[in-house]
Amino acid sequence: MKSDPHRAVTLPLLLKKEEPAPVLPTDHTGQDAGPVVPPAESVGKELSRMQIERRRSTAWDFRARGEPFVWGLGGALAVGIIMILGFIALVVYNGIMTFYPQPLEVVSLRGGGTVAGELARVESFRPGPDILQQLPEDIRARIGNDKGFARRFLYRTGNYDLYNEDFRWVPEYDVVKRSTPKELYFFERLEWGPFIGTIKSIDLKDVVVDGAALKTGTLNEAMDQAAARRSRIRQLERNEMGKINHYLERGRLALKKVEMTHGEHSPQYRQAQREYREAAAKLEAQHAELSKEAQLIKDQDSKFTVTLADVEGKEKTLKLSEIVRFYPANSLTFTDKLRIYFSRWWEFLSQEPREANTEGGVMPAIFGTFCMTVLLALAVAPFGVVAALYLREYAKQGKLVSLVRVCVNNLAGVPSIVYGVFGLGFFAYVLGGSIDALLFPERLPNPTYGTGGLLWASLTLALLTVPVVIVATEEALAAVPQSMREGSLACGASKWQTIKYIVLPRAMPGIMTGLILAMARGAGEVAPLMLVGVVKLAPELPIDSIFPYIHLERSFMHLGFHIYDVGFQSRNSEAARPMVYVTTFLLISLVFALNAASIMIRNRLKKKFFGGHF
Amino acid sequence: MDMESTNGQTVYHIKKGPDGTLLSIEHFDLWYGETQALFDVTMTVEKGFVTALIGPSGCGKSTLLRSINRMNDLISGLKTDGKIVLGDTDIYGPNVDVIGLRKTMGMVFQKPNPFPMSIADNVSYPLRVDGIRNRKVLEETVYNALVHAALWDEVKDRLRDNALGLSGGQQQRLCIARAIAADPEVLLMDEPCSALDPVATAKIEDLIDELRGRYTIIIVTHNMQQAARVSDNTAFMYLGKLIEYGRTSTIFTNPKVDRTRLYVTGRFG
Repeated sequence: MKSDPHRAVTLPLLLKKEEPAPVLPTDHTGQDAGPVVPPAESVGKELSRMQIERRRSTAWDFRARGEPFVWGLGGALAVGIIMILGFIALVVYNGIMTFYPQPLEVVSLRGGGTVAGELARVESFRPGPDILQQLPEDIRARIGNDKGFARRFLYRTGNYDLYNEDFRWVPEYDVVKRSTPKELYFFERLEWGPFIGTIKSIDLKDVVVDGAALKTGTLNEAMDQAAARRSRIRQLERNEMGKINHYLERGRLALKKVEMTHGEHSPQYRQAQREYREAAAKLEAQHAELSKEAQLIKDQDSKFTVTLADVEGKEKTLKLSEIVRFYPANSLTFTDKLRIYFSRWWEFLSQEPREANTEGGVMPAIFGTFCMTVLLALAVAPFGVVAALYLREYAKQGKLVSLVRVCVNNLAGVPSIVYGVFGLGFFAYVLGGSIDALLFPERLPNPTYGTGGLLWASLTLALLTVPVVIVATEEALAAVPQSMREGSLACGASKWQTIKYIVLPRAMPGIMTGLILAMARGAGEVAPLMLVGVVKLAPELPIDSIFPYIHLERSFMHLGFHIYDVGFQSRNSEAARPMVYVTTFLLISLVFALNAASIMIRNRLKKKFFGGHF
Repeated sequence: MDMESTNGQTVYHIKKGPDGTLLSIEHFDLWYGETQALFDVTMTVEKGFVTALIGPSGCGKSTLLRSINRMNDLISGLKTDGKIVLGDTDIYGPNVDVIGLRKTMGMVFQKPNPFPMSIADNVSYPLRVDGIRNRKVLEETVYNALVHAALWDEVKDRLRDNALGLSGGQQQRLCIARAIAADPEVLLMDEPCSALDPVATAKIEDLIDELRGRYTIIIVTHNMQQAARVSDNTAFMYLGKLIEYGRTSTIFTNPKVDRTRLYVTGRFG
């Protein structure tokens, strides 16, 4: 409404237009009147001085401003942040420190005997009365002084093959002497966990060198050769022979398919059988050749051995190629330690696990998590965005759409294991079973797609995370100003063109955010995966050099499941604990990287679509 | 068609323009759900002229403007009655291609609404949605539209820059360039200056003056001085009814209806 400009100027801003101007006391000018009491509803009725005083009282102010609530809110936030930061600090510290080489201690015990190992933990405990009774008087008195508490050390002693334990508790009162001898070595082996001890002698085919006279150069050279032999054997057995086995199996299946289509006595089958036999004979010859070569190297390899002795003098002879890494733990310089530290990280990131996942690397798990997350994003993005587009742009807004929206939001709250059960029942058994019956009848009763696998796991997680994408996309679409759509429609664009050229690009930052949140959630989800395709150890990666290169039906490894498996399903949880920390650290870093990427992408898009005005 | 009518009826006193009538609105009613927003509006818009729609807030002038290119279709529960005839087609008739209809009209909105793309892409948008991909045609159109919108000199060096980096006034002129890029017959302007400062407003008004004759312009405005400055014909609306429609000079100096006089002299509204 336009009103007379002259009249508008004379009116104080706060007044409604139709009301008469308030009569100001004549002795006050506008500037000197102090804070102007807002006329509010009571124009004309002047507030009494007492009323004004009461309204200005500080006690009233205090509660009105809500100071206690502000403190409460800040405190609650602080508690939350401290908990999260504490958790992250714990994981990061342990994750980073795990691979740093620790010194080795040798402890002489009171009752005779010695223990050698890395000091893992120190804690207080209360020795039982029966134990106290056996202790000498002075120690009992000392424990009595400490209110019945004594300290004990947990040593990682290794040498599982000799003593059937990896860790050993040593009470402080049993310790006579602690030392860190320089000649003590820490060996990481392919089997049986670490060995802690000294090198007694080394047998290099025909030269036997005594441990004391051993030169580091000779040893390292021998170790390098052993590592080369190990990787050659592995290359032969895993890759080349594996490939031949794969081709054999494929030929057999093709033959079976011919049999199923044409019958056992058909000429086609006989023809196929002949061809198969020829091919198989060739392949088997190759296989035999390879296995001969492998055997040769193995024979050679077994001639290079090392004899180790632990602190109590027990000896153990093993092949050089069985040792992954070794170092004199107590005579390392800082650079040596760093070198070992990074070589361990590299092994962790690039190698396969060994020793029931408690040692070695997690490369298959990283790769599996990555493949699954990518597939999940590929599956969830179109479905989520299309669903949200229809809900927001095309569906007639009414009760039905509201109901659908509520259902979508509730889907986000369904326990994830329920999705796992659904994924197994529907994707693997129903869909996968049908695919097997149609496309791979020759492989039955062995399932191909009819069991858990990468594809079904990704689809299950896509189902789990699709509500996140729908909600985020809907919000992003709703945030596109109506004026943009109108502008486009007024240009003669159809609704679809408007969505394609204007609405979707403009909503893209929000959609991306939702998508990456969904990916982060999916990457960290474990429970449903246990049902639809994640396994403890998957020897074959989902992508390899065998046609068709991408094997969506294969089961795979996953970092989240790896944490569970290593932490709770392994032979020795104490030995696995550092790996749990490291794997957790890795998974958190992965999720963090995903989120950081989302924020960066969103900001870049935002800059593009929400440019500065004026 | 000078016609005086009885109490409560619209008062018309305009002569035909030089090129005749382009658009005629006949007994047009419009409801938003149960609320009737337009009552029996009848008027003609002359080709090549600038027609201003004035009236207090909520009088239905924007609704009437948006009815002309059927932008109101976006609102659910909309009902209409009567006709709006463009040339010889009733745009509310059956089998009307709404998108095709909008392609014959350009529209400029209250707030500048450039799309989040480059300046050139903004201007060529109406052509690109028509499927024109020929670079030369597009470039020529962008040049012509920007020149006609008096924006070329200011943006010629940054046609590939994001349009959101322009100032408010430039953005609005860009929107005008976009509206005229596909060479429409009618240019609808819904309070194009209400979000702009006086300098930018003056530029837009000059621009409207330039475009007079080339396009038939219908402009909704709150600003009566603006209506008086830029328009040839003025329609005064009140509470969904067209009260008086005539030459701008007549409406502002010698209105036939009392309410019009009160409004244009600022005594009510």
